Amino acid sequence: MLQTRFAPMTIIDPFLDMRRMPSIMSRFFDDVRAPGQSAIYPPVNFWASQDSIVMTTELPGLTEQDIELTVKDAMLSIRGTYPEAESGDDIVWHRNERLEGSFMRSVKLPFRVNPDKVDARFENGVLTVEMQRPEDDKPKRIAIKAS
Amino acid sequence: MAQEITTQDTQDLAAPNGETKRRAVTFMPAVDIFERGETTVIVADMPGVAPDDVDVTLDRQILTLRGKVKPHAPEGYSRLASEYRVGDYVRVFTLSDEIDQNKINAELKNGVLRLELPRSAETQPKKISVKAA
Repeated sequence: MLQTRFAPMTIIDPFLDMRRMPSIMSRFFDDVRAPGQSAIYPPVNFWASQDSIVMTTELPGLTEQDIELTVKDAMLSIRGTYPEAESGDDIVWHRNERLEGSFMRSVKLPFRVNPDKVDARFENGVLTVEMQRPEDDKPKRIAIKAS
Repeated sequence: MAQEITTQDTQDLAAPNGETKRRAVTFMPAVDIFERGETTVIVADMPGVAPDDVDVTLDRQILTLRGKVKPHAPEGYSRLASEYRVGDYVRVFTLSDEIDQNKINAELKNGVLRLELPRSAETQPKKISVKAA
């Protein structure tokens, strides 16, 4: 299983950009979105508000039924299979850049999420997952008394 | 068959009006191209593009695929981490065959554009009989 640590509030990580370099470089130079080149798939984006977090990822050509999403504590897993390319004796191929096959990725979230309050939507090939922090896990403001 | 043309200045294509030019990124969508009988099929990945925001033009032999992406940013949220970038899609091909423009079939489903380009009847190979002298 591929596990990716998701560091939420990374202050400065001098190696972060270097680690991402190969994928950035390949995207920069050939501009082709060929996600299969990367070992970690699919790439994800994260968005945060006070007590919730949103993950987005691009899964073109899949349907809702092809995606399996699981959440446990602070771990989010996405699993899916791309449909096979068309085949047949009468087909002459010129280009085959689009992805095929299965993928699986687990991402560590910055906090535990309430598994009952996960809202996942799939629109135009983009998966959006909104997750809420459990009530008892939210940071509490402590009143400071004057002495 | 479809031959690719590399677009030189993709930034301008992305934002012809210049208003989103600042950080506009344009991607070449990954494509599958195959021929089946008299039809050329082009399948292009354009995640984030709604059916109304895709634009396919065929001018003489030049086929241009464009997709305008909807921003993924959810309202009220701020960016935390990005592993992929979001941008519009452009890819240009020259077609070596005469295509029957009226019979082009385009469909966008789950962020994937599928184009069926049937060869026009007059350009299909004709057998030329050689007369004996």
